[in-house]
Amino acid sequence: MMEPGLYHILFISTALFFTGVLGFLTRRNLITMLMSIELILNSVNLNFIAFNKYIWPGRMDGLFFTLFIIAIAAAEAAVAIAIIINLYRSSQSIDVNNAEDLKY
Amino acid sequence: MMNGSTILFYLLAALTVSCGVLSISTRHIFRAAIYLLFSLIGVAGLYFWLAYEFIAAVQIVVYVGGIVVLIIFSIFLTQQAGEKLPRQRLDRKIWATLATFCGFALTLLQVWQHEFPPVIPQAPVTVRGIGEKMMSTEAGGYALPFEIISMLLLAAMVGCIVIALRSKPETK
Repeated sequence: MMEPGLYHILFISTALFFTGVLGFLTRRNLITMLMSIELILNSVNLNFIAFNKYIWPGRMDGLFFTLFIIAIAAAEAAVAIAIIINLYRSSQSIDVNNAEDLKY
Repeated sequence: MMNGSTILFYLLAALTVSCGVLSISTRHIFRAAIYLLFSLIGVAGLYFWLAYEFIAAVQIVVYVGGIVVLIIFSIFLTQQAGEKLPRQRLDRKIWATLATFCGFALTLLQVWQHEFPPVIPQAPVTVRGIGEKMMSTEAGGYALPFEIISMLLLAAMVGCIVIALRSKPETK
């Protein structure tokens, strides 16, 4: 156990990122896949904040990237859930195998 | 050697990673949403630990208060209560786990081999500084991205309404 620094935060964000990737690969339900995407976006945000604090402490660029990613994630989640609910209305299922009729 | 700040960091890290893993491995979709909620709270705690209070507040308001509530509502609208998710094929699970583990190991190897420059301590970021930078139109200011994000949010809102209303005239 040592004093936490940049490497520790990078370890956490790597673990979160690959947890999200694993969830995205193994899940077949659209809502749980959306949750995995949220985990991936959070790990990226954590990376931006950690680099901003430990490498460029005088600047605020990483902070603004994080703010904009959070805003885009909110918009993306809202649109994705609208699509999922519409898909459920038409096919009574949100399994990703049924989502292929989206292309017609 | 182990002061309070260090202990707090390890507790937050354990909360974040373990709840993230549970959120993708549980077969109850509602529990997955709750584990995701705690994982996002853990990330907000890490932002507090790094002394970025504004980002932590935004994280709690937008993710915990907005996105997770939206996900829970969509679970209520689309899933039968108490029904478990179907089990996945074992070979697919094994290959996915192997691939993600290799990616994880490769990334960590790269991170540990890289020497980062030493940290120069600076004054913490204030909310006043964030506001001034966001509205600044000079070089390095973020006024234009801010406006573009507001247009994006408007477009997403209109898009959601259009998508959600599309099937209404057909049912009448």
